[in-house]
Amino acid sequence: MTHPLLEVEHLGYRYGDADAAAPPALDDISFRVDHGDFVAIVGPSGSGKTTLLRCIAGLGHPTWGEIRLGGHPVTDVPKELAIVFQDYSRSLFPWMRVRDNVDLPLRHMGLPAEERRQRIETALAEVGLSKAMDLFPWQLSGGMQQRVAIARAVAYRPEILLMDEPFASVDAQTRADLQDMAMAVWKAHDSTVLFVTHDIDESVYVANRVIVLSAPPTTVAAEVPVPLPRPRDQIDTKASPEFVALRAEVARLIRRRKADAVGGTSPAETAAITDDR
Amino acid sequence: MSVAGGDAATRPGVAGLGVWLGGVGLRLSVLIGMAVTWQLVTTLVDDPVNWPTFVDVIGRFWDSWASDPDAWLRSLAPSLGRLLAGWFGAVIVGVALGSLIGLSAVARHSVGPIIQFLRAIPPPALLPLFIVLLGIGDAMKVAMILFGAIWPVLLNTVDGVSSVEPLHRETGRVYRIGVRDELTRIVLPSAAPKIFAGLRMSLSIAVIMMVISEMVATVNGVGFELVQAQRSFRNLDVWATIVLLGIIGYVLNAMLAAVEGYVLGWHRGAMRTRS
Repeated sequence: MTHPLLEVEHLGYRYGDADAAAPPALDDISFRVDHGDFVAIVGPSGSGKTTLLRCIAGLGHPTWGEIRLGGHPVTDVPKELAIVFQDYSRSLFPWMRVRDNVDLPLRHMGLPAEERRQRIETALAEVGLSKAMDLFPWQLSGGMQQRVAIARAVAYRPEILLMDEPFASVDAQTRADLQDMAMAVWKAHDSTVLFVTHDIDESVYVANRVIVLSAPPTTVAAEVPVPLPRPRDQIDTKASPEFVALRAEVARLIRRRKADAVGGTSPAETAAITDDR
Repeated sequence: MSVAGGDAATRPGVAGLGVWLGGVGLRLSVLIGMAVTWQLVTTLVDDPVNWPTFVDVIGRFWDSWASDPDAWLRSLAPSLGRLLAGWFGAVIVGVALGSLIGLSAVARHSVGPIIQFLRAIPPPALLPLFIVLLGIGDAMKVAMILFGAIWPVLLNTVDGVSSVEPLHRETGRVYRIGVRDELTRIVLPSAAPKIFAGLRMSLSIAVIMMVISEMVATVNGVGFELVQAQRSFRNLDVWATIVLLGIIGYVLNAMLAAVEGYVLGWHRGAMRTRS
């Protein structure tokens, strides 16, 4: 019997310092990610996207519900998984050269020296940083630093790659380049990506499927399949009627969920917000 | 520096010379100015026993220390041996203990007051106790140096280790790099700038403790020579030995600064980029 790669079931999370009567941050999240899939999670800011990702990575523990990776419950940091954090400057190690940053996770995998060297060079070549191997991260631009973080994850060869708002801190042009690069890496390695973002365009552009979260207490508002053909193109794909329709659908889902969440307390306020939008 | 930089900006033709003059030249001229002042004042005072001239002091320093390899072996070598043994001991124990304490919030809170109490004891006050416990040999002197020098290392290590960027450690956890690499490749390098600040402070304390411990019940060492010179009314030797101690402190500090510059090159670079 084969399991989906990642299963999240009825997951809920309440911050430790919040009292039990307060609504939880995450209420009831369920979804699956299959081998080879590229799934985006999109939700309004404050909807607990990062908390959700941290639980999947074993860095946080859900208050209720279960996460299974390859059929096994996640209790600690699973070895099949890598993360690219939003904040590359605090995730890369400034005292190590680019090469050593990529090498650190490989040191304990029992690889022969030659394969280690090859993995580092291949990964850095894939993100277009072969020439930066002997520089320090702080000698690179923000976009290049995030490429190093991606190369580090790629060289580790995880079964699933989690990306937490990976391109939120770079400028628009770099962001577009990095989106295309992430898709190329995913394709080249037949890997599985779970991509968290607050950018609706980005979620529709990169993913096979978009999971839309509600405002807190957060639930899955909808799952939207994205049947856009690949390879995708920043200009042509984004200009296609299908893309525009999907983007509108995701945007509507987020807006409706936001209005619903506020509507619980004051109908007048809901009207104001809906008009405003 | 800023003055030299301003000159360089207005007169680009002599930029290099201006910076050079502003740097080395300024320091050198202050040094020469002080020596000349010393020479003039002591010549005017004309009390060569209590206030020897600069030329006399440097002459004696040359005769008694700089040009006498025998004095190096007899006095300088034992002193430096004790100093380095005590200081390296303080560094090793301070970094090891500091890491253990810094990594555990419980340890920080429970051990914190004890550390503050021990640190508040003036180290020279422990001399009588250490003589009772360890005798008057090298063990006592090394212990004195270690006890005096350990606190800046220990406290700065605790501070550095406990303020490692959480995302750095989480990145290590996600990639399952193991406890040893987490300590040696993430925690300690990240704490290194603070640890080195502690090393510099502790080195100057170690020199002080070396001299103090050698001033009582000893048969050799620079501190011993200093007291001997004073007791036998060789005032010029007292001055010359003080010059030697200044040079020891200066050279050791310069050596440590060189090591720090090499180890923390990344830190200076990262700081420069940030600002």
